[in-house]
Amino acid sequence: MSARSMPGLTYRLAVAGRVVLASVGGYGVAALSAALLALILPMPRSEAVSTGTLASFAIMAGAVIWVFAARTLLHAALVLGLIAVLLGTGLWLAGAFTTAMAP
Amino acid sequence: MSRPGKSVRQSMAWLHTWSGLVVGWVLFAIFVTGTATYYRPQISEWMRPELTEPTADPAAAATRAAAYLGRQMPDALGWSVRLPTAENPATEVYWWNNPAGPYHHALLDPATGERSQARDTKGGDFLYRFHFELSLPPVWGRWIVGICAMILLISLITGIVTHRRIFADFFTFRRDKSAQRGWLDAHNVVGVLALPFHLMIVYTGLIELGPLLMPWGVQAAYQHDVQAYYTEAGIMMAAREAAGQPGALMPLGDIVARAIAAHGEAPEVVLVTMPGDAASSVTAFFEEPPGLAHLHPQILYAGDTGAELSRSGDVGAATRTGAVMVGLHEAHFAAAPLRVLFFLCGLMGAATIASGLVLWTVARAPKGADPAGFGLRLVRVLNLGTIAGLPTGLAAYFLANRLLPHDLAARADWEVRGFFAAWILAAIAAALYPRARAWPTSLAVAAVAFLAIPIIDALTVAQARFLGFDAAMLAVAVLLALGARLAAKRPSRVRASHPNLAGAVEA
Repeated sequence: MSARSMPGLTYRLAVAGRVVLASVGGYGVAALSAALLALILPMPRSEAVSTGTLASFAIMAGAVIWVFAARTLLHAALVLGLIAVLLGTGLWLAGAFTTAMAP
Repeated sequence: MSRPGKSVRQSMAWLHTWSGLVVGWVLFAIFVTGTATYYRPQISEWMRPELTEPTADPAAAATRAAAYLGRQMPDALGWSVRLPTAENPATEVYWWNNPAGPYHHALLDPATGERSQARDTKGGDFLYRFHFELSLPPVWGRWIVGICAMILLISLITGIVTHRRIFADFFTFRRDKSAQRGWLDAHNVVGVLALPFHLMIVYTGLIELGPLLMPWGVQAAYQHDVQAYYTEAGIMMAAREAAGQPGALMPLGDIVARAIAAHGEAPEVVLVTMPGDAASSVTAFFEEPPGLAHLHPQILYAGDTGAELSRSGDVGAATRTGAVMVGLHEAHFAAAPLRVLFFLCGLMGAATIASGLVLWTVARAPKGADPAGFGLRLVRVLNLGTIAGLPTGLAAYFLANRLLPHDLAARADWEVRGFFAAWILAAIAAALYPRARAWPTSLAVAAVAFLAIPIIDALTVAQARFLGFDAAMLAVAVLLALGARLAAKRPSRVRASHPNLAGAVEA
């Protein structure tokens, strides 16, 4: 893809992919972090919720910047996916999914 | 133009350009109306010239308001009564029987408890709500504003990365080199000068919308019981559980009198929960104590006996941090000089966005006789329609307030229709002007519209206490006229007004 020609389809798809990954993945990582912080921070429950919510927007901004700064879309997706899996595992260990399902 | 996948700085420049463009027009409107909101009480006062300082005491006003609300909706889920003050001389009431709305609203004369005789208008509240709801259904509007705010945060961060020589660039203004250089330098100056404000206002704005945009912490820890979080965090006290059988509310003024005795000052707002129930509650919300945090002290009373049930305690560090962020955003703590500074920073935010939007078109202007592509023409038309059209709409909103007949049905809605109609017409007209004349003509139209405000006010209301407001309108008109003149002078090199002026399209 030469810089002088009109951007090709591959390029456009790659940009679209980054936009989708940044918005969905960025929000997902921020939401998972807010939930995990709310459950595991060693402070009163309401304080942990406030901390998680305050931090979540900075986390999302960081994730979005990462998606556009990464060398390739695949690299960006792998790293973001790994973070999401770790956060999800942490939430599972913290009992987020079992509490929600308990009667 | 660089693209993602090249060097980090090039990727960030690309992201800055495109993220700024897609939401720039909405952000401009958010900044302009938000900046005007720093003077919401003054705008409301100007738009209701019939109201003068209240003579009734707050307790008597509360009892009369409760009588009015009892006639409207005795079995409501909630009533809210904002007591009259020198700044807001009417009693403002809301009543509802569903938390999702509709929320009915009325302004009452504190002395009679009947609907105020002041002209029907939304006043400064319209601009305030537009700032975060864009006149859309609340949840939709707030999500769109929240998304725009997040994209602005990205734009600011990438802008800082792009302009890594930030301080050197700051002292560079190459107005006479080329149009593009001049616009770039202007964009950098207004962007960097108020950069701490821009970062503060966008992050704290996200925090304001946090419970809507990011409910997952509350969801994980409280399983969606938001009130339990608010109660535990000390943000808002929970009312009593409904008894399920009818009961009588004691005179609201007596509870207000108790609140005054307990706190030393009259509450700002009194919230009555389930006024028709035997276990009704009355929450007195007091003015924020001096300081940055947006936390209202509260006392909860039993509605039937007036017995004090509980008081809001202290809040933890994290919750207080969030409340300080909200307080910074709303600037209730700011006295007049600081408020002017916030207002000017808000204008610089609007100017940064406007100059960035114009810069996008200037940087892509075809060389020589090449025709402009569809995208470029679309951005030019949207720039004109927003940057020059919105001020015209604002002027029309104020003019409609003075010119519409007092007894017009749904008068407040007609003022808002005047705002949108003038905005849309100005935008369509700007798109039809010949391109060389488009900026000077559309800015001149906005200038004339603002100039008309003090003249019409002098012919219709003419009260000395509004001289300050009228002078501010005159100042906006002069700035817009200067912008029009600048744009007319060098149409080939400066395609729009000076960005500082283009942004200063404000009440």
